[in-house]
Amino acid sequence: MMQTTINNKLYIIDETLLEQSLVYYLREELGLTGTKIGCDIGVCGSCTVLVDMQALRSCKLKLKDIIDKSVITIEGVAAEDGSLHPLQQAFIDCGAIQCGFCTPGMVLFALALLHKNPAPSRAEIRAAINANLCRCTGYQQIIDAVQQAAKAMTR
Amino acid sequence: MDKNMDKAFRNDAWAKVTGTAKYTDDYTLPGMLHAAPVYPNCASARILKIDPSDALKAEGVVAVFTAKDIPGSVKFGQIIKDYPTLAEEFVRTTGDVLALVVARSRAQAIAGSREVRVELEMRRALLDPEEALLPDAPLINPEHGSNICNLHHVRTGDIAEGEKHSDLILEQTFTTSRIEHAYLEPESALCHLRPDGVMEVLGSMQHPFSTRRFVASTLGLKLSEVEVKTVPMGGGFGGKDDTAALVCARAALCAWLLKKPVKLTYTREWSMRESYKRHPYKLQYRAGFKKDGKIQFVKVRMLADGGAYCSVSPWVTWRSTVQCCGAYEVPNVHADVYAVYTNNPFSGAMRGFGSPQVNFAIEQLIEMAGEKLGLDELQIRRVNMVKQGSTTITGQVLDTHVVSLSQAMDTVLKEIDYEKKRKNCSFGNPMHEQWYGIGFAISYRGMSLGAEGVDFNSAIINVQPDGSVLIETGVHENGQGSESAMILIASEELGIPKELIRYRMPSTSNIPDGGTTVASRGTLLGGGAVVKAAEILKSILASALDLPEISLKAGNVCTKEGKKLLTWNEAIRLCYSKQIYPYAFGTFQAPKVSWDEATGQGNAYFTWVYACQAVELSVDPKTKKVTLINMVAAHDVGKAINPALAKGQFYGGMAMGAGYALWEDLPVEKGLVKPTNLHTYRIARAKDLPEMKAILIEHPDPNSPSGAKGIGEPTNELMAPAIANAIYRATGVRYPNQPLRIK
Repeated sequence: MMQTTINNKLYIIDETLLEQSLVYYLREELGLTGTKIGCDIGVCGSCTVLVDMQALRSCKLKLKDIIDKSVITIEGVAAEDGSLHPLQQAFIDCGAIQCGFCTPGMVLFALALLHKNPAPSRAEIRAAINANLCRCTGYQQIIDAVQQAAKAMTR
Repeated sequence: MDKNMDKAFRNDAWAKVTGTAKYTDDYTLPGMLHAAPVYPNCASARILKIDPSDALKAEGVVAVFTAKDIPGSVKFGQIIKDYPTLAEEFVRTTGDVLALVVARSRAQAIAGSREVRVELEMRRALLDPEEALLPDAPLINPEHGSNICNLHHVRTGDIAEGEKHSDLILEQTFTTSRIEHAYLEPESALCHLRPDGVMEVLGSMQHPFSTRRFVASTLGLKLSEVEVKTVPMGGGFGGKDDTAALVCARAALCAWLLKKPVKLTYTREWSMRESYKRHPYKLQYRAGFKKDGKIQFVKVRMLADGGAYCSVSPWVTWRSTVQCCGAYEVPNVHADVYAVYTNNPFSGAMRGFGSPQVNFAIEQLIEMAGEKLGLDELQIRRVNMVKQGSTTITGQVLDTHVVSLSQAMDTVLKEIDYEKKRKNCSFGNPMHEQWYGIGFAISYRGMSLGAEGVDFNSAIINVQPDGSVLIETGVHENGQGSESAMILIASEELGIPKELIRYRMPSTSNIPDGGTTVASRGTLLGGGAVVKAAEILKSILASALDLPEISLKAGNVCTKEGKKLLTWNEAIRLCYSKQIYPYAFGTFQAPKVSWDEATGQGNAYFTWVYACQAVELSVDPKTKKVTLINMVAAHDVGKAINPALAKGQFYGGMAMGAGYALWEDLPVEKGLVKPTNLHTYRIARAKDLPEMKAILIEHPDPNSPSGAKGIGEPTNELMAPAIANAIYRATGVRYPNQPLRIK
C-alpha cells in the first residue's frame, strides 16, 4: 500500500495514480487550489510545494515522486488554529502581495530557505527566490518580507 | 520591516497568503464541462471547411461549436466591432479561434481539439505595417475600408517657422518591441445559466462591464440578462480587457448552447498566442533646437502595429499623440500617429498605454540634442520641461494643480547622487574593466482616460443597523489593491476604523458601469465617488439629527465645528428608528476635457502627474551583459492612500520597464509569436533586479475629491529610456531600437 502525507494528513495512493501530475491531483482531487498553475512547464514556480522541506515544482512531479514523503502546500503553512506563520504575516505587513498568484509559491520557497538558513542576507533571499516569477512586485517587498520574517522567527 | 514604514493594508491579504483566495480556475460547478480552442496554422486564409466529425467521436467530447452556432453577433469590439469571437469566413491572425471543443474534462477537450479538421485557402499575410499601407495591399478588415485603423494629428504653430529658428536639426528613428503582459494567471472563465435565466460569468478579467457587453452581444442577450462577477485575479497590466472578455464570451457561448456550466481555462501557450500585446512602434522624429537648447519644432510620424483587430488602438495611439513631445514645451508641432492593421497578433492596452514607446524615443532624443549643443542632460531638460503655468503642445495650460516635474527630477538625482556618479561613466573606455553608466528619464502623464472616453464612476455606501459598512464602487480589483484603497478612503471620510468596512463582491448587477479599471484611474475615479457618497451619507445623518450639517470623526457624529453629538452606532440606530436608510449612492464625474481631432488641440486630460526614474548599471565589455545596480523613482501621486501598496506599484513598474528595455521581446514569424511560454519569454527574475528606492511626492490634486491621482502606469513608462541613457553613458553607443542588445 502506498501512502503520502500532505499537510500532515495521510493519503493512500492507488497504484493506478502513480503517473498522475501532482499539481492536478492537489487541485482537482484534493481541492487544494492554493497551488497555482502559471506555465505548467516548471518555469514560473507558481505551483511550488514543499516535499520533505524542499521547494519543488508540483507541475513537474508525479504522485510516485511523493510516496512516503511529506508534502506541504500553502494550505498547510498556517497553524492548526488558523494563526498565521510569521512569514505569512510578514508578507501581509510588507506589501509583498499584489495579485497574489505567485504568493503561495513564494511563501513556500521562502519557507524552505528559512528552514536551511534562518538568517539569510538580502542577497541570499534574492538568489533563493530567483527561482519563482512575480510580475507585480519587482520582488522588493517580497525580499523585505522574508527578511522581516527571519528576524521575527529568530527573535 | 522598518519601524517607520507604513504597514500595508489589503482586504484580501489573508486569503491570498493562506491559499484560500479562489481565482476563477479554482472554482468548480456540478456537471461542469471544459472547452478548448482550435487555432489556424497560418495568419491569413479563407476558411473552406471546419469538420468536427472526428472530434465528436473522441472520448469525452460533447460538442464542437463554430461561428455558425453563435446566436448573437459574431463580431464585437470596444471601438470598432471587428473581432470575431469565432472566426467566420477568414483567418486574419494566428490567434483567431476557429472552433471550440467541449468535453467532460479539460484533457479530453484538448485532445478533441486536435481532431477538428480544418481546410484553409492560404492568402497573402501582411506582417509589416509599412507594407499594409501600400496602395496595393489587400484589406485586412474590408468593412473598415482601409488598413489604417486610425490616424491622429497634432498641428500647432508652424514647422517652417521652427526650422528657420533652429540651430540644430536632428532626425532619428526609434523602434520599440512587441511585448507580453505576462500576468501569472492565464485567462479563465466559468459560465453557467442560472435558474432566473441570467448567464452568470466568473472570470479573470479587468473590465467586468466590457465583458458583459461582449457576452451579451455574442449571445444576443440584454445587458440585464448577463451578470459578470469577479473573483481574485492574477494580474492584468491592461492585458485582461478584450482578450479576457472574449474568453468569457466563448465559455458563455458553450454554456448557453449546452445549458451546462462550462469552464475555459487557458494554457500559457494559448494565452501567449492569442492575447493582445503592447503595440510595437516605429517613431520617426525630426526636431529643431536653438543654441540655448530650446526646442523650436518637432515633426513626428509614428506607426503602431495594431495587428488584425482594432481593440483599443485608437485610444493607445491617442495618448502617444497628446504626449508625443514628452514633458517639454514645444511651440511648433506636426504629428501624425497611425495605428495600422496587419495580420500580426493584435495589439491593445498595456500598462503605460502608448507612453512607454514615446518616452523611449523622446527621452533619448533630448539628450542626443543636448550633447550636440554642448548642454548636459540636465540643462537641456531644464530649458524645455513643463512648469507651473506651461502650455502643453495641445494648448492646455497646466495651472489647475501643482506641476512638480522639476521637483521629481531633483529629488531622484539627489537621492542617487547623480552629479557625482555621472563623472564615473565609462563611455566605452577600453581601459575600464566594467563599463559604468547612470541615466534617468522624466515624464508627465495625463491622468485617467482624458478625451479618449467617458469618464465617470459611482460608489455605494450601505451602513448596516449594527454600524458596519458595505461599500462598492465601479472600480475593479486587478491585484493592485483598489478595494483596499476604497476602504481606506471610506474609513477616513466616515471617521470610522477600516475594520468596520467591507467591500462587496463586485458584480455588474450591483452597481452602474463605471468604465474600465485602466488608465491608472481606479483610485482617482473610484475614490472620488467614495468621497461623494460619503458626503451624501453625511447629509442623510444630518437630516436624521435635524441639523443642517454634521461632521464625522473618531467614531463619532459631531457638529460642523467638531463637537461630539452621538457615537457612530447611536447615529445609525437613530436613522433606522426614524426609518431613514443610511445608504448613499455617490458619483464622480471627471472634469470636462476637450479635443479637436483635426488639429489635435484641446484640454486633453483634466489633470497630470509628473515623475523621474534613474538607474545605475554596468556593462561587461566582453560579454556585453548589462547588470542593473540601483534604481530610484519619484512620482507625484497626489496623495498616497496606502503608501506601502503605492510603493509596490513603483517597484513592479520599474521592474517591468527594465524588462521592456533589456529582455522582453516577442518576435513574430509568419504571424505567429515565437515564444510559446515563460521559458522563451523572459520577464525579470529577482536576480535581474537591483535594490530599488521609491519616493512618494504628494501634492493633493484639487480636481480629485480624495486628493489622489494615479500611479499604476506612470511607474512603467520611464525605466526603459533611463536604461537606454545609462547604457549610452556606459558604452558610448546609442541604442534606438528595442530590445537593447549591446554590440
